Amino acid sequence: VWCMMGYVCLCTDATLQVDISDALSERDKVKFTVHTKSTLPNFKQNEFSVVRQHEEFIWLHDSFVENEDYAGYIIPPAPPRPDFDASREKLQKLGEGEGSMTKEEFTKMKQELEAEYLAIFKKTVAMHEVFLCRVAAHPVLRKDLNFHVFLEYNQDLSVRGKNKKEKLEDFFKNVVKSADGVLVAGVKDVDDFFEHEKTFLLEYHNRVKDASAKSDRMIRSHKNAADDINRIASSLYSLGTQDSTDVCKYEHTHKIEARVAADEDLKLADLLKYYLRESQAAKDLLYRRSRSLVDYENANKALDKARAKNRDVLQAETSQQLCCHKFEKISESAKQELIDFKTRRVAAFRKNLVELAELELKHAKVKGLVTVRSR
Amino acid sequence: MCVCVCVCVCVQSGPASLPAEDISTNSNGPKQDSLFDDDPEDLFAEATEEVSLDSPERDVLLSDGPSPAITPITPPTSVITPRIGLAHDDMFTHSSFDEIEEEEGGDSFDIHIAVSDPEKVGDGMNAYMAYKVTTKTSLSLFKTDEFSVKRRFSDFLGLHSKLASKYLHIGYIVPPAPEKSIVGMTKVKVGKEDQSSNEFVEKRRSALERYLMRTVKHPILLKDPDVLQFLESSELPRAVSTQALSSAGLLRMVNKAADAVNKMTIKMNESDAWFEEKQQHFENLDVQLRKLHASVESLVCHRKELSVNTAQFAKSAAMLGNSEDHTALSRALSQLAEVEEKIDQLHQDQANADFYLFSELLGDYVRLITAVKGVFDHRMKTWQKWQDSQLLLQKKREAEAKLQFTNKPDKLQQAKDEIKELEGKVQQGERDFEQISKTIRKEVSRFEKERVKDFKTIIIKYLESLVQTQQQLIKYWEAFLPEAKAIS
Repeated sequence: VWCMMGYVCLCTDATLQVDISDALSERDKVKFTVHTKSTLPNFKQNEFSVVRQHEEFIWLHDSFVENEDYAGYIIPPAPPRPDFDASREKLQKLGEGEGSMTKEEFTKMKQELEAEYLAIFKKTVAMHEVFLCRVAAHPVLRKDLNFHVFLEYNQDLSVRGKNKKEKLEDFFKNVVKSADGVLVAGVKDVDDFFEHEKTFLLEYHNRVKDASAKSDRMIRSHKNAADDINRIASSLYSLGTQDSTDVCKYEHTHKIEARVAADEDLKLADLLKYYLRESQAAKDLLYRRSRSLVDYENANKALDKARAKNRDVLQAETSQQLCCHKFEKISESAKQELIDFKTRRVAAFRKNLVELAELELKHAKVKGLVTVRSR
Repeated sequence: MCVCVCVCVCVQSGPASLPAEDISTNSNGPKQDSLFDDDPEDLFAEATEEVSLDSPERDVLLSDGPSPAITPITPPTSVITPRIGLAHDDMFTHSSFDEIEEEEGGDSFDIHIAVSDPEKVGDGMNAYMAYKVTTKTSLSLFKTDEFSVKRRFSDFLGLHSKLASKYLHIGYIVPPAPEKSIVGMTKVKVGKEDQSSNEFVEKRRSALERYLMRTVKHPILLKDPDVLQFLESSELPRAVSTQALSSAGLLRMVNKAADAVNKMTIKMNESDAWFEEKQQHFENLDVQLRKLHASVESLVCHRKELSVNTAQFAKSAAMLGNSEDHTALSRALSQLAEVEEKIDQLHQDQANADFYLFSELLGDYVRLITAVKGVFDHRMKTWQKWQDSQLLLQKKREAEAKLQFTNKPDKLQQAKDEIKELEGKVQQGERDFEQISKTIRKEVSRFEKERVKDFKTIIIKYLESLVQTQQQLIKYWEAFLPEAKAIS
């Protein structure tokens, strides 16, 4: 399982290590075995495991988002829902079409689809694991009580998925946020650092979104081409049993095509997708800070008014102090968070781009070798 | 008489009968090549084998297994050991086929035709494309070594129609002409100078070239006066009524023959297992080639898509690089964008190779197999004709026998005359049938050889193009790697 945080996997901090040691894919859900090793006194044991499902990860993530104390941090993005629908559909179609193809074709396609299923499975495990690692690595979030419950409580957390009403509430919250976001973006920040970050993140996020979409499309075409090649290889092969054509050469050469597409998917597409989510989380942080700045400025205005009218001054003062404190706290932690974000981002890109290039080279070299040799 | 025999023997269960071949040139003695290596995986093992038999011009029935005259030749030790199974050095088997060619014609096959310089002639709906047909040859058949003429598409169709009408019904596999395309041509006529019409012209040019090469590779067709005229004479009478002459027309002709076969009064008792086996073989081949062709077309399409998507991603990555505020990462992302742009070009080139090398070849062969099936059907028709005359003869004989007992000398004489005529017809019918059967055996053997050679050549060329692509990829990624490592 790969770590997208860059060279240093912060999960290796001995005081708290979290990983997903096992996973089971059932018909409509995936069960993750979350394994924790810790020297912290908070836990009853030093090493323990629990079984968690996707909804419980979401519950944990949402609890962070809704916690005012964490307003000044980049909340690690929630892992995407496990989605095996497409893969399952393909396997089902294959089963239905079994009669119309030869045994070899069927076995081959089945193997491919199973490999695809396995790859998706591994990815979803990785996504969930990265989320936990990020939380465990965060100096403040790792102490969160909900997090400890998540790790340790060996019963079902009974977190039902959000019902319709709650989902609607979320929807409106997001609408308000984006409307606000427009408002907030217009306000120029006195702090240069944050002004720069705002501009940067807005543009960066959009471009990552575009790059992520385009890389997905590119890789899908690549996979389609690889599928065609496999089909051609089996056709050529069955032609070969009928008469003499050199097929195996073609087949060997191109088996690798599919692997290239898969590796690109891993190193490039997943990287971009992850940073799409992370940059969104960073934007959310900036939004929260801007919101608190607006609140602070409003509190200032209210205080001035109160002083002018000489009414409820104490209340206004308290309120203003709270807002000021909140704003400063958020600003301070936000600055560090954004700096860390950049460090992480650069390290992750470096790691994955290097690995991408190395894998491409490896495949190109092997492919060339096979082709030359079989001549 | 020492005969050099070239047969296609499928080493499968069941006897294979050797046709009586009387290829005129003499061999220099037993020529043996065994393509059965110690390698069970060698797919070439089932290809053709050259057998030399000191046999008279009679059918020789082979029992299972190769003739004892064959001694396996171990391939040269420089052959690279296989990865999985395939031991064979292509050059080795390749050269053995060339030797066969040399044996057959006294003149070694030395003619090369190029179709080039498509030129639009005229305007509007009467416009047409003229192609330059250049022939380079050392064959004594031609007046000079190198010459060219201008031809238009309907000229090619005209040539094909003449050849088809002369040779198809006596069992020769006449290569089909390229397809007509109303849409494609209209675009060209109307004067659209865009990429798709350019592609269309190139596709057609290439197809015409392949058509001519295939036609002249046929030893009989090469000598045909219409072919010579087509290649040599500067003026050619305009081919009229090219309607029914395209490949679609050919298909219709074949279907008519097939219909006739279906209406046969007596089901042909195929005494010759070879024909039955071969027909089945071509049926299977037809199905498989069509499937393969469809897959290759799909690949070409997806690769073109891949090329487009890669280019788009490259642009997007460049944009991302621009907005990245970490300098080294920004530079690396721009480099990535450049690499992807170059790769996009590679994909395009590969798609073209897929298309021109593979897809078009498969299309040609799908059409060729139609022609082969047509030839088999013609044989059936010939048999039917023979049987019909035999039946008629029998009826006439019966009638004559009846007439014997009547006192009608004129009628009797007439009957006797008719019978004499019919006897001649029956004999001719039998001769025709035997001739077409003999011709088909030769043709099929030649066709199979050509096919194997064609496919091998194409696959080798294709693999070479892949190697090129790989080498380019290696260059690009090797240049990128240090940039990626230089981040931070």
